[in-house]
Amino acid sequence: MKNNPRPHIGLFIPCYIDQFYPNVAIATLELLEKLGCKVTYPLGQTCCGQPMSNAGFESDSEGTTSKFISDFAHFDYIVAPSGSCVLHVKKHSPKVEKLKKNQEHVQSNIYELSEFITDVLKIDSIKGSFPHKIGFHASCHGLRGLRLASDSELNEPKFNKTLQLMKDLEGMEIVELTRKDECCGFGGTFAVTEEAISVQMGKDRIADHVDKGVEIIVGGDMSCIMHMQGIATRDKDNVQLMHFAEILNRVIS
Amino acid sequence: MSSKASILAAIKGLNMKEKPLPEIPVFDVAPNLVEAYTLALNSNKGTVLTKKELEVLITESSFQKIYSSSPTFNQFTNCELPQHPSDFADLDLAIIEGQFASAENAAIWLDDSNLDLRAIPFITAHLVIVIKKENIVGNMHEAYERIGSTNSGFGVFIAGPSKTADIEQSLVIGAHGAMSLKVVIL
Amino acid sequence: MSHPQNATVFLKDKARAKWHDDTLWIVREKRDATIHLIPEWEQLRELASQIKDHTLSKLDYYLEELEKNATANGIKVHWAENAEEHNQIIGKILEEKKCKAIVKSKSILTEECHLNPFLEERGIEVVDTDLGERIIQFLKQPPSHIVMPAIHLKKSDISDIFHEKLHTEKGNVDPVYLTHAARQHLREKFLQAKVAITGVNFAIAETGEFVVCTNEGNADMGVHLADTHIACMGIEKLIPRRKDLGVFLRLLARSATGQSITNYNSHFRSPSPGKELHLILVNNGRTKQLAREKFRNSLKCIRCGACMNTCPIYRRSGGFSYGSTVPGPIGSILSPGIDLKKYSTLPFASTLCGSCTDVCPVKINIHEQLYEWRQEITKAQGSSLKGLSMKLANGIFTSPLAYKISGKMMRASLKTLPNSVIYNPLNAWGKGRNLPELPTESFKDWYKKNRNEQ
Repeated sequence: MKNNPRPHIGLFIPCYIDQFYPNVAIATLELLEKLGCKVTYPLGQTCCGQPMSNAGFESDSEGTTSKFISDFAHFDYIVAPSGSCVLHVKKHSPKVEKLKKNQEHVQSNIYELSEFITDVLKIDSIKGSFPHKIGFHASCHGLRGLRLASDSELNEPKFNKTLQLMKDLEGMEIVELTRKDECCGFGGTFAVTEEAISVQMGKDRIADHVDKGVEIIVGGDMSCIMHMQGIATRDKDNVQLMHFAEILNRVIS
Repeated sequence: MSSKASILAAIKGLNMKEKPLPEIPVFDVAPNLVEAYTLALNSNKGTVLTKKELEVLITESSFQKIYSSSPTFNQFTNCELPQHPSDFADLDLAIIEGQFASAENAAIWLDDSNLDLRAIPFITAHLVIVIKKENIVGNMHEAYERIGSTNSGFGVFIAGPSKTADIEQSLVIGAHGAMSLKVVIL
Repeated sequence: MSHPQNATVFLKDKARAKWHDDTLWIVREKRDATIHLIPEWEQLRELASQIKDHTLSKLDYYLEELEKNATANGIKVHWAENAEEHNQIIGKILEEKKCKAIVKSKSILTEECHLNPFLEERGIEVVDTDLGERIIQFLKQPPSHIVMPAIHLKKSDISDIFHEKLHTEKGNVDPVYLTHAARQHLREKFLQAKVAITGVNFAIAETGEFVVCTNEGNADMGVHLADTHIACMGIEKLIPRRKDLGVFLRLLARSATGQSITNYNSHFRSPSPGKELHLILVNNGRTKQLAREKFRNSLKCIRCGACMNTCPIYRRSGGFSYGSTVPGPIGSILSPGIDLKKYSTLPFASTLCGSCTDVCPVKINIHEQLYEWRQEITKAQGSSLKGLSMKLANGIFTSPLAYKISGKMMRASLKTLPNSVIYNPLNAWGKGRNLPELPTESFKDWYKKNRNEQ
């Protein structure tokens, strides 16, 4: 970790997690604290602007981006339990010329939760017990945007930062999926503009897990989980969905 | 303005900065080239035969019309080279010499110097290509190294029999061209 | 119809949609298996990308080199600014030859230029000789995939049309039987044809030759039996050196179908004695795309179709849902450059999952260009309703108070309102999905209560 022996982390909680999944945010906060981090949640934060940008309104999201930069520029690191929102801040938020230096600081020091733990905190894995059969949902933006894991498209050495943290959990079994890293079909506004395909993709993704006897689908992006949970509940699928932060925070001693 | 002039002008007008052209490095190849070649050909639905096996196959077969431009199998030729390639529409078997082959994908290089008519390897019902063991190279980079700057009006890499999977992705051999490819490695 | 509408229709036939998805996924899996046999795969992609980037950056130079060298080889080179001119050039050659029937191997460019209807209007019989293309030609359909043109059809569909057109046994759906029936039928056409048209996979500036790749051998059957060969290429099909083919031929078939190479890879440099060889260089909007810096490298495309096979949207909506000559992810970044309005829904027919970018053998950043097209499209559309709501959203997210109020209102209203009256986007959400169970308080509220240091 940087020169500062105990760097200050700004906790970035994406808006829909704040509103719909406070438990995931709490788990993220507690987990980081248990790992010895000094964490602050800037109360003024709102949204990173991704929904607007992906819908084609990047230029309209400059205000949101400026706000984000002001909220987080004074932290050593910014950490969020969402690969998708982190990717947006890093790669897709509009350039704000008057905040150039701060924006660069934010963009190069923002991390998704699991990569922060493995790459910055240099923690190899979390010890504990989680006797369940899980399937891992690799959310696309974390996977192919932030490269949190190797994907099935590239010929590269295999790795998975999130699963690496969970590899030593006693009793946990990770199933191999038929389509290891196919998209779940959420895709932001895609979920409503292309409703038919979105739902079909979600159904197919869940079926891949359910067919293999998965008890819990574990992921790192609540947007994908919200979409799949919505389908699983509607279809009465016998499977649970969880963010990995909830598991790690529960098992860590 | 002619279309040539307008197309070129449109490109020149962009004043693009030249990007570098990379050199192609040398890559590792399979240690046993004959073995690798044989495997690659099998997955392309072709088969490797010995000289003897081919001779037996031809003797025992009912091929009516055979044309060999390979001196090794000259004795099997039983027809004249026609003026027009369409007169080879009923050719049962063609035997041709290939110049060299790439072990990674079983592709064999032939050019006008190997082809008495360009149509022969395509129009024949069955095709045999003869290559020498020492002319098997590792990969396509080595293959193009071998071709170098030779100037032939036509050249082709043939890697298997004619095939298609256009009906429900079911592989069918013999779409338009040769219904089998046998490769004799001398 | 827009992409979402077409996709909804496609998905209605559940069994067929699933079959389409599974079939293309198998092609993707074959691709995965084969690339893992090549340790230098990622290096090859990088080389191919750089070679194409380089070529595009000096495209004028290489086009002139190609013309010079091809002409010296005895190839007649033609330039066409647009589809119409391309068709006219072919029409004129056929007129000179008094040719009333041609055979044509697969060429997406001639699809793009609508060559078939142009020739047919002039009384010329066009026979597409690729089996998949012949099938869809019988059905008067465009290709639904650039490598597997008839991938949307079941063998029973093909059996029916062959029964009608080729008098095969009714109900015989055996692919071997059907393929061999087509072989007989097309062989007659090959033997009669005086002019054969092909596409071009790669043209090599330094040698003035071009390469055509097929598995069926139909391009070669056509051109070697005919007296005249006309090859049509987009100006982006160029590569500088012959040895560059080593890189591209290693990538193309592996990416397309998972085979190590196409079975026939023909290099045409000069015509057989007494025969004619024509090469048409076609622009048709390519220099416009070249001028768009953000979208320039879409012209690196070698038409392998890998992005279609991997695309979860393409697999579940079929090629026709895009309504463009080239469907799927690559089509969705090429088509808006041709007609922004007509193809405005295509860049949104994606979750931006990025799989297309990672399978692309020439490393086109397809999903990033989809994102960029979205920005262009919303700008061009001006202040639409969606634009307004996004501006409103920016307002909400800029102010913590507004965000808090709207968040509270949303949580409150979602709880009290019956699903059917929840505002429009969530209606689409609720058709096949439940809403999340709503917490009593937001994280922000919890934090204020439980972490007092601020």
